[in-house]
Amino acid sequence: MSFRYEIRFSGEGGQGLVLAGKIFAEAAAIYDGLNATQSQSYGPEARGGSSRSEVIVSDDEIDYPKAVSIDLLLALTQEACDRYYADVKEGGVVIVDAAAVQTIPEGNFKIFQVPIIELARQKVGKPLFANIVALGIIAGIVDVVTEDALKSAIEARVPKGTEEINLQAFQVGLQEGKKYLTSF
Amino acid sequence: MFEYEKYIRKNKFPLVWCSGCGDGIVLKALLRAIDSIGLEKENVCMVSGIGCSSRLTGYVDCNTLHTTHGRAITFATGIKMAKPELNVIVITGDGDATAIGGNHYIHAARRNIDLTVIIFNNFIYGMTGGQVSPTTPVGMLASTAPFGNMENTFNISGLAQAAGASFVARGTVYHTVMLEKLIKKAILKNGFSVVEVLSPCPTAFGRRNKSGTIIDMMNEQKDNCVTSARAERMSERELEGKTVIGELVNIDRPECSKQYRKLIERCRSGL
Amino acid sequence: MNVIRVMTGNEACAEGALAAGLSFFAGYPITPSSEIAEELAELLPCAEGVFIQMEDELASIGAVIGASLTGAKAMTATSGPGFSLMQENIGYAIMAEVPCVIVNVMRGGPSTGLPTLPSQGDVMQARWGTHGDHQIIALAPYSVIEIFDLTIRAFNLAEKYRTPVILLLDEILAHVSEKVVLSDTAVRVIIDRIIPQEAPEAYLPYRYTQNLIPPMAPFGSGYRYHVTGLAHDETGFPTNDPVEIEKLLFRLQDKIIRNRDDIVQVEEFLLEDAEIGIISYGSSARSCRHAIRQLRAQGVRVGMLRLITIWPFANVKVEKWTKNIGKWYVVEMNMGQIAREVEAAAHGDATIFGIRQINGEPINPEFICQKIKDGLNV
Repeated sequence: MSFRYEIRFSGEGGQGLVLAGKIFAEAAAIYDGLNATQSQSYGPEARGGSSRSEVIVSDDEIDYPKAVSIDLLLALTQEACDRYYADVKEGGVVIVDAAAVQTIPEGNFKIFQVPIIELARQKVGKPLFANIVALGIIAGIVDVVTEDALKSAIEARVPKGTEEINLQAFQVGLQEGKKYLTSF
Repeated sequence: MFEYEKYIRKNKFPLVWCSGCGDGIVLKALLRAIDSIGLEKENVCMVSGIGCSSRLTGYVDCNTLHTTHGRAITFATGIKMAKPELNVIVITGDGDATAIGGNHYIHAARRNIDLTVIIFNNFIYGMTGGQVSPTTPVGMLASTAPFGNMENTFNISGLAQAAGASFVARGTVYHTVMLEKLIKKAILKNGFSVVEVLSPCPTAFGRRNKSGTIIDMMNEQKDNCVTSARAERMSERELEGKTVIGELVNIDRPECSKQYRKLIERCRSGL
Repeated sequence: MNVIRVMTGNEACAEGALAAGLSFFAGYPITPSSEIAEELAELLPCAEGVFIQMEDELASIGAVIGASLTGAKAMTATSGPGFSLMQENIGYAIMAEVPCVIVNVMRGGPSTGLPTLPSQGDVMQARWGTHGDHQIIALAPYSVIEIFDLTIRAFNLAEKYRTPVILLLDEILAHVSEKVVLSDTAVRVIIDRIIPQEAPEAYLPYRYTQNLIPPMAPFGSGYRYHVTGLAHDETGFPTNDPVEIEKLLFRLQDKIIRNRDDIVQVEEFLLEDAEIGIISYGSSARSCRHAIRQLRAQGVRVGMLRLITIWPFANVKVEKWTKNIGKWYVVEMNMGQIAREVEAAAHGDATIFGIRQINGEPINPEFICQKIKDGLNV
């Protein structure tokens, strides 16, 4: 039986969520031999600060390239969390930034409150790296794309000269994510 | 005796233009200019839009392209950018170049692409029956200005100058020797070159406005025009009501298709 | 060697064009097509080709036709509002038989409409946007890799038949990033226009050849001839002779119609045992495939005839399949532009239903499943 895994990265413009989505899709497609699509929202929704990027990963052909029932939602703002949690499927995963998202949604999904932006600030040096930290956290919590594939995709995608610090950001997230995995 | 036949498609004659029309005089000046430069017919591409003047391309034995209304300069831009070795000459009129095609005209001047644009200014839409054009003088009658034109007019040459053309000149069909020289200079100039030619239309403009015979209309050109060299020594008051002819702009600026070739070279050598 | 990449539809279009031999692009920025221009602005000078951003879409198509007349493979890319502005000179390219490719990344209309939301509302505009009786070729890929392949095919058809070819994409396909496997050693079929073999004195630029497609001499190659958008005879000069006019206009129609078999492509997806058929194209066909897999898992035998070539319309295939299957759904992001063609081709042999959506959202597969399931109970 083939699998289809849907991830939505959400937050606000400037948090690098489109890049995070592209890296995740490239990790799956180029380095893990799976199929992947990535898309982002434009239009009125993309204004007013909110940003959304979706990745579908499958071992089969991906016909419909947009999310229909989300397996994993990453929300870096309260607004994004409020808007999208209802699209998460039963038994899915919701990862929120512990500081930005104070009102925790209720539903039939596992929720992880992780200080993503704070980790980026403290352990990597800049909140700018929250997107890559988040990739590490996702890799630590769910088993969709391998760590190695994500590392390779990060190296290939990020601006020249920033590979090391981005890989460090990934590592910070990965360690944090693994903690949460063992706790449930 | 100049051998026009070398450059014309004789089987396409007689000309579509009315008797007394100035356009045939421009055609002859253009052919003499081409000949005096020594351009090969194979390397000349003439592109026209829609209107009386634009029918000229059908009569010249070179690569000729009769396009849609107002767009001749856009087709010519594609030709020049894709094959810069061609000498591209645009044949157009006051309506074609400055009404429906006005945006292309100013942008081609801004780009300073090496086209020679010959604008036959007859102050009217001749082919469609004498409608008002952007150059119809205020007060003059046209089929769509039956009470006289109320709108201000375009200064075709001034427009090209302001937009950045390398070479701008104004000529008339009365001053034929000067016209040939101006066209020659325009073709030789590397950059966007305009020759605005005042070419009277006895049928659609003259008759309606009681301008007299074509002889009268040409005499008016003779009496009313002053050369740019002479105009420099005249006061504003003396110049009132006069038309300045001759070379108006002649400057050197980077040319679009050459700049692009340089970019290709840069890319080839790895920047 | 195979190279695996994740690329967007717009990137695939730009790279497909280069693979086809594109050497001239003129365009004007418009969402959601602008990335095609941006890619080519960077890639073309390195391939010794020309990129130029024109002052508007009227100028863009004019420059493309001019460049093509010198022998260049030329393209422009736009979206609905710009496509509207290009219509006059698309007609010119048809009349003067100038090969070129026009990419229309469809967005919601009418007017400025929905700048960055998908639609398939320009299907009929592609067919009849320019005035006068004419034939047109339009292709509608449904995946990123198919955009790459069909961009090449668009150039091949344009060159082969001396005609403008319209590539209809939509916002979803233009912006989605998708895995593609590109082979750098694959032998791709690249068709170039036929140039005249005879001496310049003997050249008739619009000669009635047996295959109806006159050889085309590039400007500046020693063949001096006249090109016009007016009705013309074999010499290329304007004519008012009704016999000559009819000869020309019929040839322009016939060169496309008689080659339908070569031009028209469809994909037959799970139709053999189907009791219900779907006709769709472009990104809507992706929604349909998703729905078909779900419906089949629930025991509903559905299949799809996917239109790859939109124009000329796939009459023969539609006729054949609507004889075999009695119930059809035409799924499209417009108010039934292709559904009407299907109805005409079916001659009443099948019942045709439309599944339509024009709200700027992609058609959700669940919506299609529901409509078809609702139909089962009737």
